[in-house]
Amino acid sequence: MLHDVTVSIPAGEVTALVGPSGAGKTSLLRLLNRLDDPTAGEVAYDGRPVASYPVRALRRRVGFVFQTPTMFAGTVADNLRAAIALGTPDGIGDDAGGVLDAALDAAELPRAYAGRDASRLSGGERQRVALARALVAGPTTLLLDEPTAALDPEVGERLMRTVARLPAERSVDVVMVTHRLREAREASTYVVALEAGRVLEAGASAAVFGGAAHPRVREYLASA
Amino acid sequence: MVAPPMTSNAGPVDVPWPALALAAALVLVAVGIARWQRLGLARRFAVGAVRATVQLVAVGYLLTGLFAADRWWLVLLALAAMLAAATQTAASRPKLAGEARTGAARGALVQASGLALLLGAGLTLAYVDAVVLRVRPWYDARYLVPLFGMILGNAMNGAALAAERLASELQLRRGEVEAWLALGASPAQATAEAARQAMTAALLPAANALTVVGIVQLPGMMTGQILAGQSPLLAVRYQLVVVFMLAGATAATAWIVVQRYRAAFFTAAEQLADRVPV
Repeated sequence: MLHDVTVSIPAGEVTALVGPSGAGKTSLLRLLNRLDDPTAGEVAYDGRPVASYPVRALRRRVGFVFQTPTMFAGTVADNLRAAIALGTPDGIGDDAGGVLDAALDAAELPRAYAGRDASRLSGGERQRVALARALVAGPTTLLLDEPTAALDPEVGERLMRTVARLPAERSVDVVMVTHRLREAREASTYVVALEAGRVLEAGASAAVFGGAAHPRVREYLASA
Repeated sequence: MVAPPMTSNAGPVDVPWPALALAAALVLVAVGIARWQRLGLARRFAVGAVRATVQLVAVGYLLTGLFAADRWWLVLLALAAMLAAATQTAASRPKLAGEARTGAARGALVQASGLALLLGAGLTLAYVDAVVLRVRPWYDARYLVPLFGMILGNAMNGAALAAERLASELQLRRGEVEAWLALGASPAQATAEAARQAMTAALLPAANALTVVGIVQLPGMMTGQILAGQSPLLAVRYQLVVVFMLAGATAATAWIVVQRYRAAFFTAAEQLADRVPV
């Protein structure tokens, strides 16, 4: 639940939404690709209200990777082709221009994984497939909901390094929810701190982590 | 062996009221076993037997009146009443949880079931009436009422099974559906797998019925015709018309229910609605 939230999330950055459980981080994320609508107020993307975009077009521009990634039936390649097919008028997911390989590379999955049964992958592998699947849709922004929550710290750190490269390498802005503050400090360039549905502070990661203006944020960041 | 007091190729053997009373003794066997084994069903059997008698005798008089009146609009009225009852039954069977039980989801289910039965069962009946059997006059209640009853009974089960399964699949697959939506899928694309499962659940009994008909049991209508003195081969042809029509009607009805009902799970902005009927 969110209350009176006014926040701007900059383009070209990796933005981390941080805060204790129930702060409204995931709720905020879901508003951005219109999986939910606010009961009051407005959400704008790229200067336009999200409600003014055709919803499917918006969701392809603003990708979403869920905390618990759901694999579609079939192989890893089937999963990626499904996402490609949704963006083509004839609904056929041909692998034009090696989009599939490029997405596997971007998500740092070996290309040999394309033929693997997606339902048999480990949690970390699934999270990467979900990332690759979101990337083949060609988003300009990617929303990640606790992408490392279910992963070993080591696997999580690798995924975070992948994510941190997305703005520079693929011109994809990232907005991610995380409760791992070290992760937020290392991977993000911008941070929004929430608590109980309100934004307490937002700013460049270096500045906020270096010394937050809001006492509750300082306290929360120090708790990590 | 005692020779039955029944001669073949004669007309149907009458069932006078005293004979019916003798048949009712068989229900006492069920009541007796239920009481002896303490199944808690004795009363239900007894009340059920009385209800069955009252209901069927009432239907018998209604049909007698309907046949005698021989009016097309009366027949259509009777069919409409049957459709309404079937819609109500189909829509009340799936167990919906919480608010969904009375809310918009229930309304959507009644609408979806009604439309599906009207089209699925109604068009099947029209086809059988006008094209297959070429009933003259077209509104002959002797054909339309029993045929519609059979079609509705099966289509209604198909509709209820499809709706119930769709609701539970969408509950189960919430994450999967949202994963599709988040990639820019339409609600239809996002729920394709759930819809397939619902259709399969609804159609499997109809498909199985086709393969075992005549082997495991002789269908009721065919048995009835043979008992009524019809040639078994004619009875068989009628029964085949019936099983074919039931397959078509059930499939069409289930498909329409799934198409219409799944729309009720989404908002105008193609979001999975908060309260999913279960």
